[in-house]
Amino acid sequence: MSKIIVVTSGKGGVGKTTTSAAVATGLAHRGHKTAVIDFDIGLRNLDLVMGCERRVVYDFVNVIRDEARLNQALIKDKRVDNLYILPASQTRDKDALTKEGVQAVLDELDQQGFEFVVCDSPAGIEHGAHMALYFADEAFVVTNPEVSSVRDSDRILGILQSRSKRAEEGLEPVREHLIVTRYEPTRVDRGDMLSVEDILDILAIPLLGVVPECKSVLQASNAGVPVVLDEVGRAGQAYKDIVGRYLGENIPQRFLQPEKKPLFKRLFG
Amino acid sequence: MRWLNYFRSSQRNTARTAKERLQVIIAHERQGAAGAPDYLPRLQREILEVVRRYAEVSERDVKVEVEREDGYEVLALSVALPEETTHALR
Ligand SMILES: Nc1ncnc2c1ncn2[C@@H]1O[C@H](COP(=O)(O)OP(=O)(O)O)[C@@H](O)[C@H]1O
Ligand SMILES: [Mg+2]
Repeated sequence: MSKIIVVTSGKGGVGKTTTSAAVATGLAHRGHKTAVIDFDIGLRNLDLVMGCERRVVYDFVNVIRDEARLNQALIKDKRVDNLYILPASQTRDKDALTKEGVQAVLDELDQQGFEFVVCDSPAGIEHGAHMALYFADEAFVVTNPEVSSVRDSDRILGILQSRSKRAEEGLEPVREHLIVTRYEPTRVDRGDMLSVEDILDILAIPLLGVVPECKSVLQASNAGVPVVLDEVGRAGQAYKDIVGRYLGENIPQRFLQPEKKPLFKRLFG
Repeated sequence: MRWLNYFRSSQRNTARTAKERLQVIIAHERQGAAGAPDYLPRLQREILEVVRRYAEVSERDVKVEVEREDGYEVLALSVALPEETTHALR
């Protein structure tokens, strides 16, 4: 069976799409056949972050409505083997996603030998977000060190624990992982940003990784290259660690302390 | 201007405030009472009906608010009465 990972948060703009693209690309890079699905119907973005926006012909909703076959809609990534993108539709109503429809697509991906399916959730706790998390085996909860984001993550955790398929059918619960993004250790040190420990105290789920605030994220999305392919930037390295840890490697947490800039950079940088 | 100092003072640890606020609200929401009770709009409408038997007030003149402290909730109702009827009601 393919592993279904939902990347979710409740709040918008916290880094779900960035994380979905990075994690899916990272998994594929490591040799796992991976599909990443954009569940943000009406506001597709994943195609831009993945740099395949000009290759979109059919989308997720076309497949659900039998207007296209899955293989026609899946876009094969040009940089990384084993990586496929299923874009969201841009115009249709968001109720186009049905449990049966989503289930059929996931079943077919499974038959095609996909090891991982990463579901990029829309913001909110409405239908689209529910559909994205419903079939999940694993949840990557993306949280910013900010009160509203932490609160929304807690609500999403509640929904995972009560309204996912696993919860409804009394199966083993969805495995939850915390990813803290846009973290700024210097501000944490100054006492004006929640620390990772604070967030862990409140949400009480295992930490998968911390992604620092980093300008390479915007540069990567400008270029349409998943940030995990950026070897230099801190965010890229953080996502690489996250993928490794998820795959069971013992990689210590990084990016929790302020970056030690060389003296030269401190003076002139 | 105390609130100005709030932002200026580097002493103030806003992260700690954030954490404390989160702990309160999340404990509350986990108990299942996510947000304000859902009867509030109806309550507001019915109060308006009663008040209207005595005075001319509009929808906007009635405010219903819920405040949460650590262990309890305060439901605050306020009705702004038009000037000329204030006497009649007393
Ligand atoms: N670690 C980071 N550092 C800097 N900017 C980031 C980081 N993560 C995300 N962003 C930026 O935040 C914005 C929202 O990210 P996105 O992944 O689209 O969020 P979501 O899918 O949750 O709405 C984007 O402009 C993105 O470039
Ligand atoms: Mg998004």
